Amino acid sequence: MVEARSCPSFYSFLISRKVVGSLVCLVVVTAVICSIKLQYTEEKLIQLFPQRQDVLTVTPWLAPIVWEGTFNPEILDSAYRPLNLSIGVTAFAVGKYTRFVRRFVQSAEEHFMRGYRVNYYIFTDSPETMPSVQLQPGRRFVLVPIKKYSSWQEISMRRMEAINKHIAEVSHREVEYLFCLDIDMVFHNPWGPETLGDTVAAIHPGYFSVPRNQFPYERRSSSAAYIPAGQGDFYYGGAVFGGLVKKVFEFTKTCHMTILTDKANGIMAVWQEESHLNRHFLSHKPSKVLSPEYIWDDRKPQPPEIRLIRFSTVDKNYREIRD
Amino acid sequence: MLSWRRDVLVLTPWLAPIVWEGTFSRGILNAQYMQKNLVTGVVTFAVRKHVQFIEGFIRSANKYFLAGYRVNFYLFTDNPEKISHPQMAPENHLFVIPVHNHSRWQDVSTSHMDIINTYIHSQFQYEVDCLYSIDIDVQLLAHIGVEIIDTLVGTLSSWQFTTHHENKAYETRPESQAAIPKGEGDFYYTSSFYGGSVSEVYKLTRDCFKGIMEDRENGIEARWHDESHLNKYVLYHKPMRLPSPEYYWDAELSSPPIIQAKRMCSVHKDS
Repeated sequence: MVEARSCPSFYSFLISRKVVGSLVCLVVVTAVICSIKLQYTEEKLIQLFPQRQDVLTVTPWLAPIVWEGTFNPEILDSAYRPLNLSIGVTAFAVGKYTRFVRRFVQSAEEHFMRGYRVNYYIFTDSPETMPSVQLQPGRRFVLVPIKKYSSWQEISMRRMEAINKHIAEVSHREVEYLFCLDIDMVFHNPWGPETLGDTVAAIHPGYFSVPRNQFPYERRSSSAAYIPAGQGDFYYGGAVFGGLVKKVFEFTKTCHMTILTDKANGIMAVWQEESHLNRHFLSHKPSKVLSPEYIWDDRKPQPPEIRLIRFSTVDKNYREIRD
Repeated sequence: MLSWRRDVLVLTPWLAPIVWEGTFSRGILNAQYMQKNLVTGVVTFAVRKHVQFIEGFIRSANKYFLAGYRVNFYLFTDNPEKISHPQMAPENHLFVIPVHNHSRWQDVSTSHMDIINTYIHSQFQYEVDCLYSIDIDVQLLAHIGVEIIDTLVGTLSSWQFTTHHENKAYETRPESQAAIPKGEGDFYYTSSFYGGSVSEVYKLTRDCFKGIMEDRENGIEARWHDESHLNKYVLYHKPMRLPSPEYYWDAELSSPPIIQAKRMCSVHKDS
Protein backbone atom coordinates (compact mmCIF):
# COMPACT_ATOMS: atom_id res chain seq x y z
CA MET A 1 0.00 0.00 0.00
CA VAL A 2 1.30 3.35 -0.96
CA GLU A 3 2.27 5.66 1.85
CA ALA A 4 0.47 8.94 1.84
CA ARG A 5 2.62 12.01 1.77
CA SER A 6 1.24 14.79 3.78
CA CYS A 7 3.56 17.72 3.72
CA PRO A 8 3.12 19.94 0.74
CA SER A 9 5.63 22.64 0.10
CA PHE A 10 3.73 25.78 0.70
CA TYR A 11 6.43 28.27 -0.16
CA SER A 12 8.26 27.92 -3.42
CA PHE A 13 11.23 30.23 -3.37
CA LEU A 14 13.36 31.03 -6.35
CA ILE A 15 16.66 30.04 -4.90
CA SER A 16 19.68 32.29 -4.98
CA ARG A 17 19.43 33.78 -8.43
CA LYS A 18 17.05 36.51 -7.44
CA VAL A 19 17.56 36.48 -3.72
CA VAL A 20 20.95 38.10 -3.69
CA GLY A 21 20.19 41.75 -3.23
CA SER A 22 17.58 41.76 -5.95
CA LEU A 23 14.63 44.06 -5.78
CA VAL A 24 12.66 41.85 -8.10
CA CYS A 25 12.42 39.02 -5.61
CA LEU A 26 9.83 36.74 -7.03
CA VAL A 27 8.57 35.02 -3.94
CA VAL A 28 5.94 32.76 -5.28
CA VAL A 29 3.78 31.54 -2.51
CA THR A 30 1.73 28.67 -3.68
CA ALA A 31 0.30 25.54 -2.37
CA VAL A 32 1.80 22.66 -4.26
CA ILE A 33 -1.04 20.37 -3.78
CA CYS A 34 -0.44 17.17 -1.90
CA SER A 35 -3.39 14.90 -1.91
CA ILE A 36 -3.64 12.21 0.66
CA LYS A 37 -5.85 10.05 -1.44
CA LEU A 38 -8.02 10.60 -4.43
CA GLN A 39 -10.50 7.90 -5.18
CA TYR A 40 -12.56 7.57 -8.31
CA THR A 41 -14.92 4.67 -8.10
CA GLU A 42 -15.40 4.12 -11.82
CA GLU A 43 -13.02 5.63 -14.34
CA LYS A 44 -9.33 5.49 -13.61
CA LEU A 45 -8.81 8.96 -14.94
CA ILE A 46 -10.72 12.18 -14.63
CA GLN A 47 -13.29 12.63 -17.33
CA LEU A 48 -11.93 15.12 -19.77
CA PHE A 49 -15.22 16.83 -20.43
CA PRO A 50 -16.03 20.03 -18.60
CA GLN A 51 -18.50 19.92 -15.77
CA ARG A 52 -19.64 23.42 -16.52
CA GLN A 53 -20.15 24.20 -20.19
CA ASP A 54 -22.57 27.01 -19.52
CA VAL A 55 -20.12 29.42 -17.96
CA LEU A 56 -16.57 30.66 -18.39
CA THR A 57 -14.38 28.86 -15.84
CA VAL A 58 -10.97 30.26 -16.69
CA THR A 59 -10.08 33.88 -17.43
CA PRO A 60 -7.97 34.83 -20.47
CA TRP A 61 -5.01 35.13 -18.10
CA LEU A 62 -5.64 31.59 -16.89
CA ALA A 63 -7.02 32.45 -13.46
CA PRO A 64 -9.72 30.00 -12.37
CA ILE A 65 -13.28 31.29 -12.04
CA VAL A 66 -14.77 29.36 -9.16
CA TRP A 67 -18.19 27.88 -9.83
CA GLU A 68 -20.00 24.94 -8.30
CA GLY A 69 -18.94 21.90 -10.29
CA THR A 70 -15.47 23.12 -11.18
CA PHE A 71 -13.72 21.88 -8.07
CA ASN A 72 -13.58 18.98 -5.69
CA PRO A 73 -13.78 20.26 -2.10
CA GLU A 74 -12.16 17.11 -0.72
CA ILE A 75 -9.01 17.47 -2.78
CA LEU A 76 -8.65 21.12 -1.87
CA ASP A 77 -9.30 20.47 1.79
CA SER A 78 -6.74 17.69 1.92
CA ALA A 79 -4.21 20.09 0.39
CA TYR A 80 -4.93 23.11 2.56
CA ARG A 81 -5.79 21.66 5.98
CA PRO A 82 -2.27 20.42 6.71
CA LEU A 83 -0.91 23.92 6.10
CA ASN A 84 -2.47 25.05 9.36
CA LEU A 85 -3.60 28.34 7.92
CA SER A 86 -5.37 31.17 9.61
CA ILE A 87 -7.89 33.10 7.58
CA GLY A 88 -8.92 36.64 8.46
CA VAL A 89 -12.21 38.30 7.62
CA THR A 90 -12.69 42.06 7.81
CA ALA A 91 -16.16 43.57 7.94
CA PHE A 92 -17.34 47.07 8.79
CA ALA A 93 -20.25 47.40 11.20
CA VAL A 94 -20.71 51.15 11.40
CA GLY A 95 -23.76 53.16 12.40
CA LYS A 96 -26.92 51.16 11.86
CA TYR A 97 -24.97 48.32 10.22
CA THR A 98 -24.12 46.89 13.63
CA ARG A 99 -27.44 45.06 13.51
CA PHE A 100 -26.03 42.70 10.85
CA VAL A 101 -23.11 41.38 12.85
CA ARG A 102 -24.85 38.52 14.61
CA ARG A 103 -26.31 36.94 11.49
CA PHE A 104 -23.08 37.48 9.56
CA VAL A 105 -20.94 35.74 12.15
CA GLN A 106 -23.43 33.00 12.96
CA SER A 107 -23.78 32.08 9.29
CA ALA A 108 -20.00 32.28 8.85
CA GLU A 109 -19.58 29.85 11.71
CA GLU A 110 -21.72 27.40 9.82
CA HIS A 111 -20.37 27.88 6.29
CA PHE A 112 -17.13 29.88 6.10
CA MET A 113 -13.89 27.90 6.09
CA ARG A 114 -15.21 25.13 8.32
CA GLY A 115 -12.38 23.44 10.14
CA TYR A 116 -9.91 26.28 9.66
CA ARG A 117 -8.70 28.93 12.08
CA VAL A 118 -10.62 32.14 11.44
CA ASN A 119 -10.31 35.62 12.91
CA TYR A 120 -13.26 37.95 12.43
CA TYR A 121 -12.01 41.53 12.49
CA ILE A 122 -15.14 43.63 12.99
CA PHE A 123 -14.44 47.32 12.47
CA THR A 124 -17.00 49.34 14.38
CA ASP A 125 -17.67 52.82 15.73
CA SER A 126 -19.87 51.44 18.49
CA PRO A 127 -18.09 48.53 20.11
CA GLU A 128 -20.52 48.56 23.02
CA THR A 129 -23.37 47.40 20.79
CA MET A 130 -21.56 44.31 19.54
CA PRO A 131 -23.30 41.03 20.27
CA SER A 132 -21.44 38.18 21.86
CA VAL A 133 -21.44 35.28 19.45
CA GLN A 134 -20.74 31.65 20.16
CA LEU A 135 -17.76 30.51 18.05
CA GLN A 136 -16.28 27.15 17.05
CA PRO A 137 -12.85 26.30 18.50
CA GLY A 138 -9.97 27.98 16.68
CA ARG A 139 -12.08 30.98 15.76
CA ARG A 140 -11.85 34.46 17.24
CA PHE A 141 -13.97 37.57 17.23
CA VAL A 142 -11.86 40.75 17.32
CA LEU A 143 -13.31 44.26 17.56
CA VAL A 144 -11.43 47.02 15.77
CA PRO A 145 -12.66 50.43 16.96
CA ILE A 146 -12.87 53.15 14.32
CA LYS A 147 -14.08 56.71 14.53
CA LYS A 148 -17.55 57.81 13.55
CA TYR A 149 -17.88 59.22 10.05
CA SER A 150 -20.54 61.63 8.87
CA SER A 151 -21.92 59.78 5.85
CA TRP A 152 -22.03 56.25 4.46
CA GLN A 153 -20.04 57.37 1.43
CA GLU A 154 -17.29 58.58 3.72
CA ILE A 155 -17.31 55.29 5.59
CA SER A 156 -17.13 53.35 2.35
CA MET A 157 -14.20 55.42 1.12
CA ARG A 158 -12.23 54.99 4.34
CA ARG A 159 -12.44 51.20 4.34
CA MET A 160 -9.35 50.66 2.23
CA GLU A 161 -7.26 52.82 4.51
CA ALA A 162 -8.57 51.15 7.65
CA ILE A 163 -7.96 47.64 6.33
CA ASN A 164 -4.48 48.58 5.18
CA LYS A 165 -3.58 50.10 8.53
CA HIS A 166 -4.95 47.15 10.41
CA ILE A 167 -2.93 44.69 8.32
CA ALA A 168 0.24 46.62 9.08
CA GLU A 169 -0.51 46.80 12.78
CA VAL A 170 -2.20 43.52 13.53
CA SER A 171 -3.46 41.03 11.00
CA HIS A 172 -0.23 40.43 9.07
CA ARG A 173 1.00 38.64 12.16
CA GLU A 174 -2.12 36.64 12.71
CA VAL A 175 -3.40 35.37 9.35
CA GLU A 176 -2.05 34.22 6.01
CA TYR A 177 -5.12 35.05 3.96
CA LEU A 178 -7.58 37.88 4.39
CA PHE A 179 -11.07 38.39 2.98
CA CYS A 180 -12.75 41.78 3.10
CA LEU A 181 -16.51 41.32 3.13
CA ASP A 182 -19.57 43.46 3.51
CA ILE A 183 -21.32 42.94 6.85
CA ASP A 184 -24.89 43.17 5.58
CA MET A 185 -24.67 39.71 4.08
CA VAL A 186 -25.20 36.12 5.09
CA PHE A 187 -23.54 32.80 4.26
CA HIS A 188 -25.95 30.17 2.97
CA ASN A 189 -23.62 27.49 1.60
CA PRO A 190 -19.99 26.41 1.95
CA TRP A 191 -17.21 28.88 1.34
CA GLY A 192 -13.97 26.93 1.51
CA PRO A 193 -10.32 26.83 0.42
CA GLU A 194 -11.36 26.91 -3.24
CA THR A 195 -11.47 30.66 -2.66
CA LEU A 196 -7.88 31.01 -1.52
CA GLY A 197 -5.42 32.69 -3.86
CA ASP A 198 -2.83 35.44 -4.12
CA THR A 199 -5.36 38.09 -5.13
CA VAL A 200 -9.05 37.25 -5.20
CA ALA A 201 -11.93 39.23 -6.67
CA ALA A 202 -15.58 38.32 -7.14
CA ILE A 203 -17.86 38.97 -10.11
CA HIS A 204 -20.66 41.37 -9.24
CA PRO A 205 -24.01 39.56 -9.47
CA GLY A 206 -25.64 42.33 -11.44
CA TYR A 207 -23.14 42.28 -14.28
CA PHE A 208 -21.89 38.77 -14.91
CA SER A 209 -23.91 38.22 -18.05
CA VAL A 210 -23.91 41.78 -19.29
CA PRO A 211 -21.68 43.10 -22.10
CA ARG A 212 -18.60 45.03 -21.04
CA ASN A 213 -19.79 48.41 -22.30
CA GLN A 214 -22.60 48.25 -19.74
CA PHE A 215 -20.29 47.77 -16.77
CA PRO A 216 -20.72 50.71 -14.38
CA TYR A 217 -17.05 51.60 -14.36
CA GLU A 218 -16.12 55.18 -13.58
CA ARG A 219 -16.28 56.87 -17.01
CA ARG A 220 -15.06 60.38 -16.18
CA SER A 221 -11.45 60.75 -17.22
CA SER A 222 -10.80 63.18 -14.37
CA SER A 223 -11.11 60.34 -11.86
CA ALA A 224 -8.21 58.04 -10.96
CA ALA A 225 -10.68 55.15 -11.23
CA TYR A 226 -11.41 55.93 -14.88
CA ILE A 227 -11.75 53.00 -17.25
CA PRO A 228 -12.24 53.98 -20.88
CA ALA A 229 -14.88 52.36 -23.08
CA GLY A 230 -13.65 49.18 -24.72
CA GLN A 231 -11.58 48.14 -21.74
CA GLY A 232 -12.31 45.85 -18.83
CA ASP A 233 -12.52 42.14 -18.12
CA PHE A 234 -15.25 41.80 -15.49
CA TYR A 235 -17.18 44.04 -13.15
CA TYR A 236 -15.99 43.03 -9.71
CA GLY A 237 -18.09 43.64 -6.60
CA GLY A 238 -16.73 45.66 -3.72
CA ALA A 239 -18.47 43.44 -1.18
CA VAL A 240 -15.94 40.61 -1.58
CA PHE A 241 -12.21 40.74 -2.20
CA GLY A 242 -9.15 39.21 -0.62
CA GLY A 243 -6.00 37.19 -0.99
CA LEU A 244 -2.67 36.74 0.71
CA VAL A 245 -2.44 39.28 3.48
CA LYS A 246 0.62 40.85 1.87
CA LYS A 247 -1.21 41.28 -1.43
CA VAL A 248 -4.29 42.73 0.22
CA PHE A 249 -2.00 45.17 2.01
CA GLU A 250 -0.56 46.26 -1.33
CA PHE A 251 -3.77 46.77 -3.20
CA THR A 252 -5.68 48.41 -0.36
CA LYS A 253 -2.82 50.90 -0.23
CA THR A 254 -3.04 51.51 -3.97
CA CYS A 255 -6.80 51.94 -3.87
CA HIS A 256 -6.56 54.28 -0.92
CA MET A 257 -4.07 56.40 -2.86
CA THR A 258 -6.33 56.65 -5.90
CA ILE A 259 -9.26 57.50 -3.62
CA LEU A 260 -7.22 60.31 -2.06
CA THR A 261 -6.18 61.55 -5.48
CA ASP A 262 -9.83 61.86 -6.45
CA LYS A 263 -10.62 63.63 -3.20
CA ALA A 264 -7.86 66.17 -3.91
CA ASN A 265 -9.40 66.74 -7.31
CA GLY A 266 -12.87 67.18 -5.88
CA ILE A 267 -14.34 64.08 -7.45
CA MET A 268 -15.91 60.97 -5.99
CA ALA A 269 -16.04 57.84 -8.14
CA VAL A 270 -19.50 56.68 -9.12
CA TRP A 271 -19.41 53.52 -6.97
CA GLN A 272 -16.84 54.75 -4.49
CA GLU A 273 -14.21 52.16 -3.59
CA GLU A 274 -15.80 49.57 -5.90
CA SER A 275 -14.84 51.79 -8.84
CA HIS A 276 -11.28 52.03 -7.57
CA LEU A 277 -11.13 48.29 -6.98
CA ASN A 278 -12.22 47.68 -10.57
CA ARG A 279 -9.58 50.08 -11.85
CA HIS A 280 -6.94 48.26 -9.83
CA PHE A 281 -7.97 44.76 -10.92
CA LEU A 282 -7.97 45.80 -14.55
CA SER A 283 -4.27 46.60 -14.44
CA HIS A 284 -3.36 43.97 -11.86
CA LYS A 285 -5.47 41.01 -12.75
CA PRO A 286 -6.63 38.81 -9.88
CA SER A 287 -5.10 35.36 -9.66
CA LYS A 288 -8.47 33.88 -8.79
CA VAL A 289 -12.00 35.05 -9.57
CA LEU A 290 -15.07 34.01 -7.60
CA SER A 291 -18.35 33.53 -9.44
CA PRO A 292 -21.43 35.44 -8.27
CA GLU A 293 -22.28 32.42 -6.07
CA TYR A 294 -19.92 34.10 -3.63
CA ILE A 295 -21.45 37.58 -3.83
CA TRP A 296 -25.14 37.27 -4.56
CA ASP A 297 -27.96 39.78 -4.25
CA ASP A 298 -31.13 38.13 -3.01
CA ARG A 299 -33.26 40.73 -4.74
CA LYS A 300 -32.23 39.22 -8.06
CA PRO A 301 -33.99 36.18 -9.52
CA GLN A 302 -31.67 33.20 -9.54
CA PRO A 303 -30.65 32.25 -13.10
CA PRO A 304 -29.74 28.62 -14.02
CA GLU A 305 -26.00 29.43 -14.08
CA ILE A 306 -26.17 30.14 -10.37
CA ARG A 307 -26.57 26.63 -8.99
CA LEU A 308 -25.72 27.57 -5.46
CA ILE A 309 -25.81 30.80 -3.48
CA ARG A 310 -23.06 30.84 -0.91
CA PHE A 311 -23.02 34.44 0.29
CA SER A 312 -25.68 37.05 -0.32
CA THR A 313 -27.21 40.29 0.83
CA VAL A 314 -29.62 40.56 3.69
CA ASP A 315 -32.90 42.08 2.64
CA LYS A 316 -33.06 45.54 4.13
CA ASN A 317 -34.55 48.95 3.88
CA TYR A 318 -31.75 51.11 2.45
CA ARG A 319 -33.24 54.42 3.38
CA GLU A 320 -33.60 53.44 7.00
CA ILE A 321 -30.04 52.24 7.23
CA ARG A 322 -28.26 54.95 5.35
CA ASP A 323 -29.59 58.03 7.12
CA MET B 1 -15.97 38.28 -23.54
CA LEU B 2 -13.95 35.69 -25.45
CA SER B 3 -15.83 32.65 -26.56
CA TRP B 4 -14.54 29.74 -24.65
CA ARG B 5 -13.73 26.07 -25.15
CA ARG B 6 -16.81 24.10 -24.16
CA ASP B 7 -15.58 20.84 -25.57
CA VAL B 8 -12.70 20.23 -23.19
CA LEU B 9 -11.92 20.38 -19.51
CA VAL B 10 -10.10 23.63 -18.81
CA LEU B 11 -9.78 23.39 -15.04
CA THR B 12 -8.73 20.44 -12.88
CA PRO B 13 -10.75 19.58 -9.76
CA TRP B 14 -8.08 21.41 -7.78
CA LEU B 15 -8.58 24.52 -9.91
CA ALA B 16 -5.37 24.33 -11.94
CA PRO B 17 -5.85 25.56 -15.51
CA ILE B 18 -5.49 23.11 -18.40
CA VAL B 19 -4.02 25.11 -21.26
CA TRP B 20 -5.80 24.77 -24.61
CA GLU B 21 -5.94 26.96 -27.67
CA GLY B 22 -8.77 29.40 -27.10
CA THR B 23 -8.52 29.55 -23.32
CA PHE B 24 -5.95 32.32 -22.98
CA SER B 25 -4.76 35.58 -24.39
CA ARG B 26 -1.03 35.62 -24.84
CA GLY B 27 -1.10 39.39 -25.05
CA ILE B 28 -2.51 39.71 -21.53
CA LEU B 29 -0.10 37.12 -20.18
CA ASN B 30 2.90 38.79 -21.80
CA ALA B 31 1.86 42.09 -20.24
CA GLN B 32 1.91 40.39 -16.83
CA TYR B 33 5.42 39.05 -17.34
CA MET B 34 6.83 42.21 -18.86
CA GLN B 35 8.76 43.50 -15.89
CA LYS B 36 9.55 40.20 -14.27
CA ASN B 37 12.84 39.49 -16.05
CA LEU B 38 12.03 35.80 -16.28
CA VAL B 39 14.88 33.44 -17.16
CA THR B 40 13.88 29.92 -18.16
CA GLY B 41 16.05 26.86 -18.55
CA VAL B 42 15.36 24.03 -20.97
CA VAL B 43 17.08 20.73 -20.30
CA THR B 44 17.36 18.18 -23.06
CA PHE B 45 19.43 15.07 -23.71
CA ALA B 46 20.92 13.90 -27.01
CA VAL B 47 22.91 10.71 -26.70
CA ARG B 48 23.94 8.25 -29.40
CA LYS B 49 21.47 8.23 -32.28
CA HIS B 50 19.50 11.08 -30.75
CA VAL B 51 22.17 13.53 -31.84
CA GLN B 52 20.39 13.55 -35.20
CA PHE B 53 17.57 15.53 -33.60
CA ILE B 54 19.68 18.29 -32.12
CA GLU B 55 19.60 20.69 -35.01
CA GLY B 56 15.84 20.46 -35.55
CA PHE B 57 15.16 20.84 -31.86
CA ILE B 58 17.43 23.81 -31.27
CA ARG B 59 16.32 25.61 -34.41
CA SER B 60 12.60 25.24 -33.69
CA ALA B 61 12.83 25.78 -29.92
CA ASN B 62 14.98 28.86 -30.43
CA LYS B 63 12.23 30.24 -32.63
CA TYR B 64 9.11 29.15 -30.73
CA PHE B 65 9.89 28.45 -27.09
CA LEU B 66 9.21 31.51 -24.95
CA ALA B 67 10.17 33.79 -27.83
CA GLY B 68 11.20 37.19 -26.56
CA TYR B 69 12.12 35.87 -23.15
CA ARG B 70 15.53 34.76 -21.90
CA VAL B 71 15.96 31.03 -22.39
CA ASN B 72 19.04 28.96 -21.54
CA PHE B 73 19.16 25.67 -23.41
CA TYR B 74 21.17 23.06 -21.56
CA LEU B 75 21.99 20.30 -24.02
CA PHE B 76 23.45 17.16 -22.47
CA THR B 77 25.17 15.04 -25.10
CA ASP B 78 27.78 12.33 -25.48
CA ASN B 79 28.80 13.84 -28.81
CA PRO B 80 29.63 17.48 -28.12
CA GLU B 81 31.84 17.75 -31.24
CA LYS B 82 28.83 17.08 -33.47
CA ILE B 83 26.98 20.25 -32.39
CA SER B 84 26.81 22.82 -35.15
CA HIS B 85 26.04 25.78 -32.83
CA PRO B 86 23.21 27.40 -34.72
CA GLN B 87 22.49 31.12 -34.52
CA MET B 88 20.54 31.76 -31.35
CA ALA B 89 18.06 34.57 -30.67
CA PRO B 90 19.76 37.41 -28.75
CA GLU B 91 18.00 36.50 -25.48
CA ASN B 92 18.82 32.81 -25.75
CA HIS B 93 21.92 30.79 -24.94
CA LEU B 94 22.96 27.26 -25.76
CA PHE B 95 25.11 25.41 -23.24
CA VAL B 96 26.51 22.06 -24.36
CA ILE B 97 27.28 19.72 -21.46
CA PRO B 98 29.06 16.40 -22.15
CA VAL B 99 27.70 13.21 -20.59
CA HIS B 100 28.69 9.59 -20.67
CA ASN B 101 27.16 6.94 -22.85
CA HIS B 102 25.07 4.19 -21.25
CA SER B 103 24.56 0.71 -22.54
CA ARG B 104 20.77 0.63 -22.25
CA TRP B 105 18.54 3.46 -23.40
CA GLN B 106 16.39 2.93 -20.35
CA ASP B 107 19.36 3.74 -18.19
CA VAL B 108 19.94 6.90 -20.14
CA SER B 109 16.37 7.99 -19.64
CA THR B 110 16.27 7.17 -15.95
CA SER B 111 19.50 8.91 -15.21
CA HIS B 112 18.05 12.14 -16.65
CA MET B 113 16.34 12.68 -13.34
CA ASP B 114 19.59 12.34 -11.48
CA ILE B 115 21.48 14.62 -13.86
CA ILE B 116 18.82 17.34 -13.76
CA ASN B 117 18.69 17.16 -9.99
CA THR B 118 22.46 17.41 -9.64
CA TYR B 119 22.78 20.29 -12.06
CA ILE B 120 19.94 22.23 -10.43
CA HIS B 121 21.82 22.03 -7.19
CA SER B 122 25.21 22.96 -8.61
CA GLN B 123 24.32 25.35 -11.39
CA PHE B 124 20.77 25.92 -12.65
CA GLN B 125 19.39 27.38 -9.42
CA TYR B 126 21.76 30.30 -9.88
CA GLU B 127 20.96 30.84 -13.53
CA VAL B 128 17.24 30.35 -14.10
CA ASP B 129 13.90 30.88 -12.38
CA CYS B 130 12.14 27.96 -13.94
CA LEU B 131 13.22 24.86 -15.71
CA TYR B 132 11.63 22.56 -18.29
CA SER B 133 12.70 19.12 -19.37
CA ILE B 134 11.91 18.45 -23.03
CA ASP B 135 12.68 15.36 -25.11
CA ILE B 136 15.14 16.09 -27.92
CA ASP B 137 13.23 14.21 -30.59
CA VAL B 138 10.66 16.95 -31.09
CA GLN B 139 9.98 19.89 -33.32
CA LEU B 140 8.19 23.01 -32.19
CA LEU B 141 5.67 24.14 -34.78
CA ALA B 142 3.97 27.02 -33.00
CA HIS B 143 4.67 29.37 -30.14
CA ILE B 144 4.84 28.06 -26.64
CA GLY B 145 4.75 31.04 -24.33
CA VAL B 146 4.30 32.14 -20.76
CA GLU B 147 0.98 30.32 -20.54
CA ILE B 148 3.08 27.34 -19.45
CA ILE B 149 4.82 29.12 -16.56
CA ASP B 150 3.86 28.00 -13.06
CA THR B 151 5.44 26.36 -10.03
CA LEU B 152 4.77 22.79 -11.13
CA VAL B 153 3.77 22.02 -14.69
CA GLY B 154 2.69 18.64 -16.04
CA THR B 155 1.63 18.10 -19.65
CA LEU B 156 -1.30 15.83 -20.39
CA SER B 157 -0.27 12.84 -22.45
CA SER B 158 -1.62 12.69 -26.00
CA TRP B 159 -2.36 9.00 -25.45
CA GLN B 160 -5.11 9.89 -23.03
CA PHE B 161 -7.08 11.38 -25.88
CA THR B 162 -7.06 8.37 -28.11
CA THR B 163 -9.18 5.27 -27.91
CA HIS B 164 -6.20 3.10 -27.04
CA HIS B 165 -5.31 4.82 -23.83
CA GLU B 166 -4.84 1.53 -22.00
CA ASN B 167 -1.55 1.36 -23.87
CA LYS B 168 -0.23 4.15 -21.71
CA ALA B 169 -1.21 3.49 -18.17
CA TYR B 170 0.09 3.70 -14.68
CA GLU B 171 2.42 1.20 -13.14
CA THR B 172 0.22 -1.01 -10.93
CA ARG B 173 2.61 -3.66 -9.56
CA PRO B 174 2.89 -2.80 -5.87
CA GLU B 175 6.58 -3.83 -5.83
CA SER B 176 7.43 -0.74 -7.85
CA GLN B 177 7.83 2.66 -6.23
CA ALA B 178 5.91 4.08 -9.16
CA ALA B 179 2.82 2.00 -8.41
CA ILE B 180 -0.44 3.88 -8.30
CA PRO B 181 -3.15 2.02 -6.39
CA LYS B 182 -6.17 0.88 -8.31
CA GLY B 183 -8.83 3.57 -8.51
CA GLU B 184 -6.41 6.40 -7.95
CA GLY B 185 -4.93 8.79 -10.44
CA ASP B 186 -6.16 11.97 -12.07
CA PHE B 187 -4.56 12.23 -15.50
CA TYR B 188 -1.78 10.54 -17.39
CA TYR B 189 1.11 12.96 -17.88
CA THR B 190 3.92 12.74 -20.42
CA SER B 191 7.54 12.79 -19.31
CA SER B 192 8.48 14.38 -22.64
CA PHE B 193 7.63 17.86 -21.38
CA TYR B 194 7.38 18.88 -17.74
CA GLY B 195 8.82 21.58 -15.53
CA GLY B 196 8.18 24.35 -13.09
CA SER B 197 10.10 26.47 -10.66
CA VAL B 198 13.65 25.39 -10.05
CA SER B 199 12.86 24.29 -6.50
CA GLU B 200 9.84 22.24 -7.52
CA VAL B 201 11.68 20.50 -10.35
CA TYR B 202 14.50 19.81 -7.90
CA LYS B 203 12.11 17.98 -5.60
CA LEU B 204 10.37 16.16 -8.42
CA THR B 205 13.60 14.85 -9.93
CA ARG B 206 14.95 13.93 -6.51
CA ASP B 207 11.87 11.92 -5.58
CA CYS B 208 11.56 10.26 -8.99
CA PHE B 209 15.20 9.27 -9.03
CA LYS B 210 14.90 7.87 -5.53
CA GLY B 211 11.99 5.70 -6.70
CA ILE B 212 13.94 4.62 -9.78
CA MET B 213 16.93 3.56 -7.70
CA GLU B 214 14.80 1.67 -5.21
CA ASP B 215 13.14 -0.19 -8.05
CA ARG B 216 16.54 -1.00 -9.52
CA GLU B 217 17.69 -2.44 -6.20
CA ASN B 218 14.55 -4.54 -6.06
CA GLY B 219 15.08 -5.78 -9.59
CA ILE B 220 12.03 -4.13 -11.06
CA GLU B 221 11.64 -1.63 -13.88
CA ALA B 222 8.50 0.52 -14.01
CA ARG B 223 6.31 0.01 -17.04
CA TRP B 224 7.01 3.37 -18.66
CA HIS B 225 10.30 4.02 -16.88
CA ASP B 226 10.76 7.59 -15.66
CA GLU B 227 7.29 8.50 -16.94
CA SER B 228 5.72 6.07 -14.47
CA HIS B 229 7.65 7.65 -11.63
CA LEU B 230 6.67 11.13 -12.81
CA ASN B 231 3.02 10.14 -12.79
CA LYS B 232 3.36 8.81 -9.29
CA TYR B 233 4.97 12.02 -8.10
CA VAL B 234 2.35 14.34 -9.59
CA LEU B 235 -0.45 12.31 -8.14
CA TYR B 236 0.57 13.49 -4.70
CA HIS B 237 2.03 16.84 -5.75
CA LYS B 238 -0.58 18.13 -8.11
CA PRO B 239 0.63 20.37 -10.90
CA MET B 240 -0.72 23.92 -10.87
CA ARG B 241 -0.66 24.27 -14.64
CA LEU B 242 -1.40 21.53 -17.16
CA PRO B 243 -0.53 22.13 -20.80
CA SER B 244 -2.90 20.13 -22.98
CA PRO B 245 -1.56 17.61 -25.52
CA GLU B 246 -1.21 20.52 -27.96
CA TYR B 247 2.05 21.10 -26.13
CA TYR B 248 3.44 17.68 -26.83
CA TRP B 249 1.71 15.60 -29.45
CA ASP B 250 2.92 12.08 -30.13
CA ALA B 251 3.04 12.07 -33.92
CA GLU B 252 2.26 8.35 -34.09
CA LEU B 253 -1.30 9.10 -33.05
CA SER B 254 -4.06 10.53 -35.16
CA SER B 255 -5.50 13.55 -33.44
CA PRO B 256 -9.16 14.06 -32.57
CA PRO B 257 -10.91 17.38 -33.41
CA ILE B 258 -10.40 18.72 -29.90
CA ILE B 259 -6.73 19.06 -30.72
CA GLN B 260 -6.87 22.40 -32.51
CA ALA B 261 -3.16 23.07 -32.44
CA LYS B 262 0.02 21.05 -32.29
CA ARG B 263 2.70 23.25 -30.85
CA MET B 264 5.27 20.56 -30.32
CA CYS B 265 5.34 17.15 -32.01
CA SER B 266 7.51 14.11 -31.68
CA VAL B 267 9.76 13.46 -34.65
CA HIS B 268 10.05 10.03 -36.18
CA LYS B 269 13.10 8.08 -35.07
CA ASP B 270 15.64 6.49 -37.38
CA SER B 271 16.60 3.67 -35.12
